[in-house]
Amino acid sequence: MDTKPIPADPGFWADSWHQLKRNRAAMAGLLIIACFALLAIFAPLLAPHNPLEQVIAARMSPPLSSGHLLGTDDLGRDMLSRLIYGGRLSLIIGIISVSISLILGISLGIVAGYFGGWLDKVIMRVIDIMLAFPYILLTIVIVAILGPSLMNAMVAIGISQMPRYARVLRASVMAEREQDYVMAERALGTSNFELMFRTILPNALAPTIVQATLGVGEAILSSAGLSFLGLGAQPPTPEWGLMIASSKQFITSAWWIVTLPGIAILLAVLGFNLLGDGLRDILDPRLRD
Amino acid sequence: MLKFVVKRLLLLLPTLLGVVTLVFFMIALSPGDPARVMLGERASAEQLKKLRAELGLDKPLGQQYALYLGRVLHGDLGKSILTQQKITEELRQRLPATIELAFTATIFASIAGIVLGVAAARKRNTWVDYSTMTGALFGVSMPVFWLALVLIMIFSVALDWLPTGGRMDVRLYFTPITNFFLLDGIILLFKGEGGKIFFNALKHLILPSIALGTIPLAIIARTTRSSMLEVLKQDYVKTARAAGVPEWKVVYHYALKNALLPVITVIGIQFGLLLSGAILTETIFAWPGIGKWIYHSISARDFPAVQGGILFISVFFVLINLAVDLLYSVINPRIRLQ
Repeated sequence: MDTKPIPADPGFWADSWHQLKRNRAAMAGLLIIACFALLAIFAPLLAPHNPLEQVIAARMSPPLSSGHLLGTDDLGRDMLSRLIYGGRLSLIIGIISVSISLILGISLGIVAGYFGGWLDKVIMRVIDIMLAFPYILLTIVIVAILGPSLMNAMVAIGISQMPRYARVLRASVMAEREQDYVMAERALGTSNFELMFRTILPNALAPTIVQATLGVGEAILSSAGLSFLGLGAQPPTPEWGLMIASSKQFITSAWWIVTLPGIAILLAVLGFNLLGDGLRDILDPRLRD
Repeated sequence: MLKFVVKRLLLLLPTLLGVVTLVFFMIALSPGDPARVMLGERASAEQLKKLRAELGLDKPLGQQYALYLGRVLHGDLGKSILTQQKITEELRQRLPATIELAFTATIFASIAGIVLGVAAARKRNTWVDYSTMTGALFGVSMPVFWLALVLIMIFSVALDWLPTGGRMDVRLYFTPITNFFLLDGIILLFKGEGGKIFFNALKHLILPSIALGTIPLAIIARTTRSSMLEVLKQDYVKTARAAGVPEWKVVYHYALKNALLPVITVIGIQFGLLLSGAILTETIFAWPGIGKWIYHSISARDFPAVQGGILFISVFFVLINLAVDLLYSVINPRIRLQ
């Protein structure tokens, strides 16, 4: 039998986009993210110098010195170039970490919400236990066990963030499960797998998207923190948290080495938080009239 | 009420067992040989064998787990490889410093957060509201460790007003009584030196508390604002106003009392998080608490210490969250009926 899955109401997304456009804060967030994305994509063209190139003669030049708009660090590397490449790295980290949590969280959340029963109980028990660990501590410990590296930092952030996606998705899957359109599909003999991923998931995803947007910002913050502790990116990688860590001994002499990477992190995270808050107002069914 | 408390306590047991189990397997199933990781590449076969036996790693996994569970139930978290001290002892020495910092940070965040949140709600859609909420958004988007360094840069290095780290000036060294330095200062007040100790400890607490308290401050301000807006819409507030009750009394006496209910939960949860999440702040400010100790144990690959540390903190965290829940049900009896 030829059955087509019922698509997520196209009017819903178009309507949401329309509402989002009127939300100035969310648009500001989107603009910040777009700027970072453009800088990340065109980093090799936009960065004035090689981010790893050391010019010892020009070390610790303050901002606005010749050839270095934002100055250089203690090894004479161009700050602006390092910040641009750092942005590229942070965006990638944010996206990969959140993708890891989404894959894990969506799988667990949809199975728990769709099948219910003992499967749901077991999954939610495990999720509750994971939530008993404070997020930062869990992340740090997972990296400590896996060994310090950027990849392991992303895996650790992904695992630690996973419970919230599983929870949010489970709740919305449970709400959709009993809807008429799902019943109709089921009556037509559609398989469980197709019902879960093609019928229900598109309609249950909105709150998860809100979480994921906020999650990217949090992942950028966490990875910077891990790198700061020496548990994430390793030198000489131009990673923002690592740049702050290696600048610690210069807080008396070169304020820009400390300050600028922090402002970059702040702006990037702010962008995702602004967009996430805006999306929440629009997409979260609890707030939607 | 008693039934509710008992029920919550019983629900706690499987969670605690789960936490212990997860902590055990996290370390036990970590890739590679823990003994090798701890001793390094150049360790001899003899040394490895000795450490494995010491840690019980030569036994089958099931037996290791049973032994671990038994020890934990007896309050034995093992010994630190680095210092050879009991881990419970290491924790006991450092807990007061961590609690003291988390406590002052929470006080700072709560007072500032509630004041700002109420102001934002009262002046809704004015510059007060916008700037408070923008500030809150910046607060949650900021890397705490960076804020800490910037604070040190401004207030310790440039202005030389506050110390860069530690709990107390070395010259004021004294034999701690409770190990809560503020409290010790007050106690010693009757013996002369106390005032100096109290103010010196307080001075050392200011910057770490601000750094640690910024995110909770932002969250508390946001919650207070939205809760206050909700309450100000209620009929009883309108009635009070119509009856000519002065505005300050309506806001601070009638409305605030109810608006604070959800805020108290948020404060409790944040306090729990601060006790556990102070690894970065404690490391930057050389604060001799549990967070810094766990970080050192991780760097030194002292796995028993890491294991004991996270177990302790997680259990602490679970218990604080339970206390918050119970406290909330005392002030808001409707919860118990659900």
